[in-house]
Amino acid sequence: MLKYDLVVVGGGPAGMAAALKAKECGVEKILICERDETLGGILEQCIHTGFGLHYFGEELSGPEYAARFIEQIEQTDIDVKVNTMVLDITTNNDVIAINKDDGLMEISSTAIVLAMGCRERPRGAISIPGTRPAGVMTAGTAQRYANIQGYLAGKEVVILGSGDIGLIMARRMTLEGAKVKMVCELMPYSGGLTRNIVQCLEDFDIPLKLSHTVTQIHGDDRVEGVTISKVDSNLKPIPGTEEYVPCDTLMLSVGLLPENELSRSVGIYLDRITGGAIVDQYRETNHEGVFACGNVLHVHDLVDFVTQESQIAGEGAANYIKGKKAFSDYRIHTKGVNGVRYVVPQRICIDDSDQPVKLYFRVGQVFTNATVKVTRNGNVIYAKKKRKLAPGEMENIIIKPEDLQEFSEGDYLYIEVEG
Amino acid sequence: MEVRELTCVACPMGCQMTASIDNGVVVSVTGNTCPRGKKYAETECTHPVRPLTTTVKVNGGKHPVVPVKSAAPVPKEKMFECMDVLNNITVDAPIKIGDVIVDDICGTGIQIVATNID
Amino acid sequence: MSYDIAIIGAGVVGSLIARKLSKYDIKIALIEKCNDVAMGTSKANSAIVHAGFDALPGTLKADLNVKGTKLMGYLCEELGVPFKNIGSLVIAFNEEEMETLTSLLKRGEENNVPGLKIIGQDRLHEMEPNISKRALGALWAKTASIVCPYELTLAAAECAVINGCELYRNFEVSQIDFDNEQFTVKAKTGEEINAKYVINAAGIYSDFIASLIGDESIELVARKGEYLLMDKNLGGVVNHVIFQCPTKMGKGVLVTPTVDGNILTGPSAKDIEGKDDISTTSDELNMVRTYTSYSIPNVKLNSVITSFAGIRAHSTKNDFIIEPSKVNPHFINVAGIESPGLSAAPAIAEYVEEIMLDTMGKLPKKVKWQRTRPEPVRFRELSTVERRELIEKNPAYGQIVCRCETVTEGEIIDACHSTIPALDLDGIKRRTRAGMGRCQSGFCGPKVAEIISRELKEDLLDVTKFGRKSNVVVGKTK
Repeated sequence: MLKYDLVVVGGGPAGMAAALKAKECGVEKILICERDETLGGILEQCIHTGFGLHYFGEELSGPEYAARFIEQIEQTDIDVKVNTMVLDITTNNDVIAINKDDGLMEISSTAIVLAMGCRERPRGAISIPGTRPAGVMTAGTAQRYANIQGYLAGKEVVILGSGDIGLIMARRMTLEGAKVKMVCELMPYSGGLTRNIVQCLEDFDIPLKLSHTVTQIHGDDRVEGVTISKVDSNLKPIPGTEEYVPCDTLMLSVGLLPENELSRSVGIYLDRITGGAIVDQYRETNHEGVFACGNVLHVHDLVDFVTQESQIAGEGAANYIKGKKAFSDYRIHTKGVNGVRYVVPQRICIDDSDQPVKLYFRVGQVFTNATVKVTRNGNVIYAKKKRKLAPGEMENIIIKPEDLQEFSEGDYLYIEVEG
Repeated sequence: MEVRELTCVACPMGCQMTASIDNGVVVSVTGNTCPRGKKYAETECTHPVRPLTTTVKVNGGKHPVVPVKSAAPVPKEKMFECMDVLNNITVDAPIKIGDVIVDDICGTGIQIVATNID
Repeated sequence: MSYDIAIIGAGVVGSLIARKLSKYDIKIALIEKCNDVAMGTSKANSAIVHAGFDALPGTLKADLNVKGTKLMGYLCEELGVPFKNIGSLVIAFNEEEMETLTSLLKRGEENNVPGLKIIGQDRLHEMEPNISKRALGALWAKTASIVCPYELTLAAAECAVINGCELYRNFEVSQIDFDNEQFTVKAKTGEEINAKYVINAAGIYSDFIASLIGDESIELVARKGEYLLMDKNLGGVVNHVIFQCPTKMGKGVLVTPTVDGNILTGPSAKDIEGKDDISTTSDELNMVRTYTSYSIPNVKLNSVITSFAGIRAHSTKNDFIIEPSKVNPHFINVAGIESPGLSAAPAIAEYVEEIMLDTMGKLPKKVKWQRTRPEPVRFRELSTVERRELIEKNPAYGQIVCRCETVTEGEIIDACHSTIPALDLDGIKRRTRAGMGRCQSGFCGPKVAEIISRELKEDLLDVTKFGRKSNVVVGKTK
C-alpha cells in the first residue's frame, strides 16, 4: 500500500493550488491524482483569455493559467499521477485509484482534498422533447472537439443557455466558420459576463433571445432544426410563440453540476443548493480529514477564486495533518436568506483562530443599489452597499474574528440582500 | 456629430453609455460610472480592438492543433482576416508556451503566440 | 449468397430465433436495416419480463408470455445477460381497482401463472415504503423480472453468429422475389441474398415486409410509448416493478428499477401515423411524470437523465401473428409482437423452431453448438482483486473513459472487436454503458469517438452516433 500525508483528487486549478499550498505549509508526501492526460483540468480546453486578472493581474488563456501552476508543481516533490481515476475513498481515508501503469492502487492517506470539478448539465436533465439525433451536445463537448481534437462540431448552431461557456463557444464556432444562429436564454437575463455578451455575441450580430427556450428537437440522423418558444414569467413555454429554426447542432450551456459521486460514496453531506459538500471555513467536510475546494464544492465564476479557495483547503489540510487543526463539531451555521441563494462555507468552527472568515455567496436574481447584510440574533454585524448583484457572479464578504466571538454552538449567521 | 450607444465591458456593472463622436474624435461620454468606462468608450468608438484566440495546426505533436493568442488585442475589423492567415498555418512540434507563431499578423505589428505546449 | 433461411429483423425476436435455429446444420442469414442489432422496439421498451396475467386466456400472447417468462432466467444466465427476478406489483387505489386485481389474479391463474397473490395495504407498504399511502393493495407476481433487452438481443445474435449465422447490417429490404423455390431478398443498396425460407421478424415493419410477397393480411398500428430514465442515485426508491391498473391502451405507467440500477418510468401510449416517429413530446412526458407521482409521490422527477420513445407494433388482431403466410408457406410471419413480446421472445423462438421443423422437415443438428457467447468484461461489477488482476493482464482496463459508469478503455476496445463489433457511439454505449450515465456522454463522447476512429481505422469525421448520416462532427477546424 502506498502511503501519503495528502492525496488530492483532481489536478485542475483547484487540486494544484491546494497541493501547492499544503506543500508550502510543510506537508511532506503529497500525491495528485488526475484523470486526464495532463494537469490543468478543464482549463486545457478553455483557450480564450480572461483568466488570472485577479490573481496574476494579467489576462491569461486557460492553458497559460494552468501552466503557471504546473511549472510550480514540477519544481516541488509533489507526486503526480495522470490518466489516473480515483474509484473509491474508504471511511479511514484510503484511496483506491487506477491507471494503466500502476494498475490498481490502494493509497493510505492522512488527509484528502476533493477537487474533482464539475460537469455540464445534459439534455436529459432539462428534458427537451423531440428526436434523438447526433448534433445535440454540451458546449464543453464542442469545445473539446474544437480546441483539443481540431474538429468542428457543427456548421449551423443554436445555443441554449447564455452562461459564459455558451457565449464563449458562440464566438469560437463563429471564428472557425460556423454560423451561430442565436443564443436562447430561459431567464429574462443572461448568466454570462457583460463583456462576453458584447464580445462574443454583439460583435458577430448573434441574437440573444432572452426568455426563450428550445421546446423540440427535430431530425432523424443529425439535428435538422429546433423549435424555440418564448416562456412566461413562470418559465413555461407560451403556446403560439413557437418558431422553427433550421440548424445542424444544438449546443447546450444550461448549467454546471459539481461532480460529487466520490463524496457521496464516502458519506459526505451535500448542500442541496450548491450540489457540493457542506464545509467549514477551512473547507473540511463532515468526514474528518477530507476537504473540498473548487467547482466540486460550488461552481465558481472565476478561476482566480477557485485558486484562493483551494489554498484555504490546502492550508486546512496541512494544519490537520500536522495536528494543528482538530476536527471540531463546535460550530455555527451560515445561511442565505432574502435573495441570497447560498453561502460557502456553510459552517464556521468556533476556535481560537484570529483569522477573518471570507464568506462566498450568490444571489438568486439581479439587484441594483442593494445592501448586503449579515445578521446574528437580529443584530447587523456587517452591511455594505452594492451597485449591482447578479446571479452569474460570486460575491464575498469578510467577517472579522471578533464578530464571531459571542456565538454558541448551532447559532445561525444570516446573509441577506436588502433593496 | 455621431452618437453611439454602447455597453461598458470594463467591469460586471455593464453601464449603458452614450458617446458623441465628432470627426472621429470622442467629444463626450455619458452613462459611465467610472473613468474606465470613458476610456473604453473612447477606444471602442475610434479603434475597437479584441483579443484573438484560436488554434493552429501542428505537425508531430500530441494533438492535431495547438492553441494560440494575439499578444495584444487586434483591431476588431481584422479578426477574420487574421483567422484566414491562422487557418492556413501549420507549425512543427515541439511547441512551448510563448513561441511566436506569426510575428506580425496582417500588418498589425502584433505577434501571435502559442498558449500551450505540444 | 445463398441461405436456407433468411431472418429479416435483428431485434430480440429475430435474434433469438437465429440463435435457436443456429443449432441446426443449415445456413442462416440475419438481416438488419440499421447499423446494429436491437435498434427498434428491442432497445426502447419497459425492459420487463411480465408474469403473464395480462393477456387473455387462450391467446398466443398468454401462452407464450408464461412460457417465455419461465425460460428467461435460464436463458439470461446462459448468455450472460443482466436479469433480476424482482417481482411485480399492480397497485389499486380504490375498491373498483381492488376488484380489477381479483379478475387479473383469476386471469393469471387461467394462464397458468405461478406465484400470484393479492396483498393488503400493510404488506404493500412494508414491501414498498415509498409507494403512495393511498394505495389499498396490490397483485404481487413473484415471477415478474427485469432484463436488459438490448444486451439480450446482442447476446442472442452474437451466439447465433458464433454458430455460423451471418449477420447483414445496413441491409434495408426493399424487394423480395420468389422464383424456383427460392426467395431473392434485395436491399435498397442493390445488395441481395437468396434463401429457401424467410422469417419475417421485422417488428413494426413486418406488415411492409409481408406485403413484398403480396401478403396483405397483417395490419399493424404503431403505438408510441415515451419513457423517462432516472439517475442511479434514485435507486432503491422502488424494489419491484410497480404497475397501475391496466387500461385499454396498455398496462399503464409503470415505475421500475432497471438491471443497471436506474429507475425507469413510462410508457405513455399514443397511436401514431407512420412508423418512424420516435420523438418525445412534452405532453406525453408530462403525463408520464403525473402518473409516476401518482404511484410514487416522493419520486424526485428532476433526477431524469434522459427520455426516449419506442414503438409498439400493435396488431389489429390483438394477438401475436406467428404462422406461415397464406401467400407462401415458406415465408413465416412473426408479427404484431407488442408487449409482452420481450417476455415471450424465448418461447416465440421455440415456437418458430417447431414451425420450421414442420415446414422444412427434420433438420440435422450441428455436432458442436455453442450455447453461449463470450461474456464481456464489466469492470464496474468487479471486486478490487479482480480489477487488479485484469489491469495486470491488460493495462487498457486501467484507463477509465466513462467516469459516470466506470467504463474502461479496455472494454471499449473489446466492443470494437467483439463478435458483432460496435460500429458507432450508441453501439459502444449499449455494449459497455459508456455514455449511459448522468452526464450522458458529455465527457466521454469525444474520447469514445477517438477510440472508435482508432480501432476501426476510420477518420473521426466518419464516426457516427448510430450509423447513416448521424456523424458526430461535421468538419475539421483547420
